[in-house]
Amino acid sequence: MESFFSRYKNVLVLVAVLLAQVLGLATQVHREQRGATTESGKVILLRYWASAAVSPFERALMYMGHGIRNGWGGYLDLRHLRQQNQDLRSEVERLRLEQAGLASDARQGKRLQALLEFKEKYVYKTVAAQVIGTGGSDQSHVFYVDKGSADGVQADMPVITPDGIVGKVREAFPHTSLVLEIDDSTSGAGAVLETTRIRGVLRGVASSQLPLIYVLPDERIKPGEQVLTSGGDQVFPPGLPIGRVQSIRPDPDHDPYVDVVVKPAADLERLEEVLIVTDVQSQPPPATAQDVLGSEALAADQIANQQKAASVVAERLPGLKDPNAAAPADAAATAAGGSANPPPVKVAPALHPDRYTPGDTPDAEQMTPGAASHAGTGAGVGTGSGTGIEAGTGTEKKGEGKPRL
Amino acid sequence: MARLTYSSRRQLEEHTFHPAVVLLVPFAALFLQVYLPRLWPRLAVLDLPLIVVIFFGVARRSPIYGTITGAVIGLLQDAFTGQAIGVNGISNAVVGYAAASVGVRVDVENPLTRTVLAFGFTMVQGFLYFLIVRHLLGMDARWLWGYQLIRAVANTLVAVVAFALLDRTVRRQT
Repeated sequence: MESFFSRYKNVLVLVAVLLAQVLGLATQVHREQRGATTESGKVILLRYWASAAVSPFERALMYMGHGIRNGWGGYLDLRHLRQQNQDLRSEVERLRLEQAGLASDARQGKRLQALLEFKEKYVYKTVAAQVIGTGGSDQSHVFYVDKGSADGVQADMPVITPDGIVGKVREAFPHTSLVLEIDDSTSGAGAVLETTRIRGVLRGVASSQLPLIYVLPDERIKPGEQVLTSGGDQVFPPGLPIGRVQSIRPDPDHDPYVDVVVKPAADLERLEEVLIVTDVQSQPPPATAQDVLGSEALAADQIANQQKAASVVAERLPGLKDPNAAAPADAAATAAGGSANPPPVKVAPALHPDRYTPGDTPDAEQMTPGAASHAGTGAGVGTGSGTGIEAGTGTEKKGEGKPRL
Repeated sequence: MARLTYSSRRQLEEHTFHPAVVLLVPFAALFLQVYLPRLWPRLAVLDLPLIVVIFFGVARRSPIYGTITGAVIGLLQDAFTGQAIGVNGISNAVVGYAAASVGVRVDVENPLTRTVLAFGFTMVQGFLYFLIVRHLLGMDARWLWGYQLIRAVANTLVAVVAFALLDRTVRRQT
């Protein structure tokens, strides 16, 4: 017996090591199949140890790299800072005005959503994090960030960039987190096409083009259409950009369905900074609400300035002033009454009235056939601008009231 | 030159390493494996921990040592990824065992032999990885010849340089 073990000790050690690992794998797979959303404590501990051993060096290298890049970048930026600042200020003003217009659309949308009892979720609070390392494998698309549970990060929190979604937090360690990218083969997200509102499931594959599966063929789906999160996965808030439709191809495994190939909006291969969404609520965050209010105030100021300029011009050019215009109080009353009919057009009085002047013609009932002066003048003639001219009504009897030209 | 027998080669050329080397080299390989793809994602095609497993296996020429080295490095490599722990552990343990077994039989000091070993073991590890993921875990995985060949060639090129550098850390026992 002793000779057997000593003779085959190499193979026995190999078999023992392999068996132990196969059992470990089986335990993990069994746990996943039972629907466990998190890994067992031992696996998490091993991942934590590995991360804790490496992340200090990754952080140090990252900060060194950033320091060098920031120093050089700062020098280059300073050279064009003034012009860039002016450009950005004008851009901000333009965007704020644009936002004011969009805010009213958004309010209307919210009213409609309220009618449909649809709860919009806003990205309320985020934590900015630096990417410090990867999983180091082509088969597993994960990366590490420098924020963890001490910063409020928890498992299953969505990770985004301004361009689009990136993935979700797989494990949150005290000072680092493991993020599973949307193109990992174990990843998935609920998605909806922006214009056609067709829903599907975005499936992770090891390529830069992700298939949106379980989509029925539809001629309206065109390349270039934006794909958004649907919120159905209970991870990503609805409305976040995922990417754009690149092509549509038949799904060989599920016959009636097609695969809508999506190109992710976020550059998953070159991530530097990401945002971890730590809180979503039904109200917009204070900063957003304040920004919208600010843009609305800016728009109101601009409109007031335009009106003021118009009134100054009107004062200096009396010919443009409408003396028959309704008083502001009347206008307000009309607006409050909600009347949909516009007020009739009033014709400005002539400086030197003559027989063709509208309003200078007596009523038809007062006119005498054959009378010399003013009889029947102005039927449809004069200075009116077409509609609603008050002069010359009902005087078109044959041989009567004919204007004397 | 006298022809070396199985036992004499093993007795004469079983190399040892300073404990610091045994700890720091795998650690450095793991660190670079997770850090370099952040700078250039294409570098994820490299498998530096596997190169270290092959090197320690052929240098020590002890199958038990090769198996344990492969398993430990593979498990740590798995800990960085998002997948189940053990996928790389199993495949690297087999490669470590095989590398040590081959190291006993052939002259691993020859650069050509090293090149062939690195290429072959990278392909073997890729195939084992595919088998484990596809048939043991039941995940959707495909064997891509083009990718595996590129991976093997890239690893071989790095391995030849890395082996030359790591040779300086060897403490030869005679």
